[in-house]
Amino acid sequence: MFPALSEKLQSALRNLRSKGKLTEKDVTAALREVRLALLDADVNYKVVKDFINKVKERSIGEEVMKSLTPGQQVVKIVNEEMTQLMGGFNDKLKISSKLPTVVMLVGLQGSGKTTTAVKLAKYLQKNGHTPLIAACDIYRPAAIKQLEVLGRENELPIFSMGEQEPVNIAKGALKEARKKGADFLLLDTAGRLHVDEQLMEELANIKRHIQPTEILLVVDAMTGQDAVNVAESFHQQLTLTGVILTKLDGDSRGGAALSVKAVTGCPIKFVGLGEKVTAFEPFHPDRMASRILGMGDILSLIEKAEASLDKEKGRELEKKLRNEQFTFEDFLDQLQQIKKIGPLEQIMEMLPGVGGVSKQLKKLSVDEKQLVHVEAIINSMTKEERLKPEIINSSRRKRIARGSGTSVQNVNQLLKQFGQMKKMFKQMSRNKGKFLRGRRGFFP
Amino acid sequence: MSILNRLKIGLQKTRFNFMGKVEQLFYRDAIDEEFYEELEELLISGDIGIKSTMEICDQLRQGAREKKIREPQELKEYLKKLLLESLNTGSSALATSTDGPTVILVLGVNGAGKTTTIGKLAHSYVQKGHKVLLAAGDTFRAAAIYQLEIWAARAGADLIKHQPGADPSAVFYDAINAARARGADIVLGDTAGRLQTKVNLMEELKKIHRVLQKSLPGAPHEVLLVIDATTGQNGISQAKLFHEAVPLTGLVLTKLDGTAKGGIIIAIKRELGLPVKLIGVGEGIEDLQPFEPQSFIEALFSLDKEQNTK
Repeated sequence: MFPALSEKLQSALRNLRSKGKLTEKDVTAALREVRLALLDADVNYKVVKDFINKVKERSIGEEVMKSLTPGQQVVKIVNEEMTQLMGGFNDKLKISSKLPTVVMLVGLQGSGKTTTAVKLAKYLQKNGHTPLIAACDIYRPAAIKQLEVLGRENELPIFSMGEQEPVNIAKGALKEARKKGADFLLLDTAGRLHVDEQLMEELANIKRHIQPTEILLVVDAMTGQDAVNVAESFHQQLTLTGVILTKLDGDSRGGAALSVKAVTGCPIKFVGLGEKVTAFEPFHPDRMASRILGMGDILSLIEKAEASLDKEKGRELEKKLRNEQFTFEDFLDQLQQIKKIGPLEQIMEMLPGVGGVSKQLKKLSVDEKQLVHVEAIINSMTKEERLKPEIINSSRRKRIARGSGTSVQNVNQLLKQFGQMKKMFKQMSRNKGKFLRGRRGFFP
Repeated sequence: MSILNRLKIGLQKTRFNFMGKVEQLFYRDAIDEEFYEELEELLISGDIGIKSTMEICDQLRQGAREKKIREPQELKEYLKKLLLESLNTGSSALATSTDGPTVILVLGVNGAGKTTTIGKLAHSYVQKGHKVLLAAGDTFRAAAIYQLEIWAARAGADLIKHQPGADPSAVFYDAINAARARGADIVLGDTAGRLQTKVNLMEELKKIHRVLQKSLPGAPHEVLLVIDATTGQNGISQAKLFHEAVPLTGLVLTKLDGTAKGGIIIAIKRELGLPVKLIGVGEGIEDLQPFEPQSFIEALFSLDKEQNTK
């Protein structure tokens, strides 16, 4: 919906390339774009106001790094401030000194509490814990059954007592957890409106009796401006310890995350990213910042690349890419360099403007394991084959497959992919010529 | 209790937060830049979205100039008119089939309130003397079928279901045949929640739609997208992508009993022309109402000053 903010900023600041400093007017113009992007991402308008003022203050007068254009400098400040605003770093679950650690999940109807409870339990289980989930949603039809089915499917223990007072279920679950030696107890509560006094009191009552270590608000990433009202209300009545953001696998920018953190001060601890039970991760503020801004994470890519890449080699490669002289030899070299930066897909995600070629990327579907095979295959080629892949005939293919412990199909696939990749780079250097030229030496 | 009253109660919190401030705004002395800035913020805080907000403000400015409006109160009437025009599409009544059962398909993202909406809708049809059949098309989410079963029992409707994990299209095929055999005149189809960006799940919807069309010419007669009132700008993407997959006939705005403003429907209407047909204003089985733009806007603006100062 919104063109990548970084592009907009670039155009807003196009005339500033030669200047060493940003004027207040330039910054104001650029920040107007930031403001629109944030509002479009559902960041609360009050939060946006404060945020823009803060960035403005920092941007004016700050010296511009030599290697970056002023536009990028603003992006960098925005990104940093936003990351800071979201907590700066990942905040882990607190663990109680007295077992079990009780985690209470609360939120509006349909925000994803039950799914989250199962995902969190699975996540804990994978990390060597023994979680127990208590079914405290006695209102929604079939909520308890849903949890029981999910528990069975995912081999997670579920504690239920039917439709009794939720506080009694929680007490019973606590007893059960102690008896069984579970080190985590997750309370799945019913969805409720923050303005429903009776149901909010029910949560407060559970809190009084159980004293959970963590009270996490489950927030739908698609929530709009109302997110702050909801979060404030829950926080006031329960003193939240954190937030879990769900349904982030869609195309929402998730500005609610920023708002909720800014208003309550509670860190976002986890994010839900899909229908699968394993689609659940600790939250990373920096990634979220880029997402909200609708731009690739170019800054961390630059930083990472700067830290791990040989600049000389990079320049050489860039030339080769543009002249279509890219060979398997270079490819191997790149693979080794890229591995230093991080997972390939992640790198591609960090590139702005890769959206258009992402379909081709999916076709390439490069995963880490495949990379090992790829390396082995290339290593089994002769030098001549690496420089001139077109000479690889079927007997050479057989030899390469044997040598690398893969199959002829694998070799064929790589050859085909290499062809596609060459084509793609050609496209990228044509379409994104500016990108390659503008960041000389940064692109791997 | 009249529909208007229920709506008013349901929207009370909305009014306190949103239009309460709008009222204050219109008690200002003059229409100046500050006025428009505040209005812009208010509209944005109602999830109307930056694009629609700017358009509305521009229209207001232009209207004020052309009609020489200088009093904020006068401008308020004009804003009301604008918003009403934004939402007005004639009747919000659901289509009925003259030939065979009326099929209503209900879609939406996860957690929007599809199953609950169907339960309430079934109740309202049964109350009006219809024979209603529910199709448990959410074969994916654990216990979704069971959840619909409970609603069917509450509402007094029949239910067609398959095993969890079954092809939802097959459920609908059976439901149409069952409706014919049993003489049910309303078929309400539940579907699994899906994010609009999941290509394969949207394909599944297309298949459901094809199967319905084939099983019963003219079906589905209504395709309703359920949108949670707390939804922000993603609502536009939801409406757009669902509409691309299966032609929608309208929206259901749920959970309007919270503090959320549901302003996204204004943006959706302006950008895609999709009207709201029903609104959910509570958890009770009765809490589903036809959407009436006039009452909606009137309810939003009908604050008296005492409430306003609360």
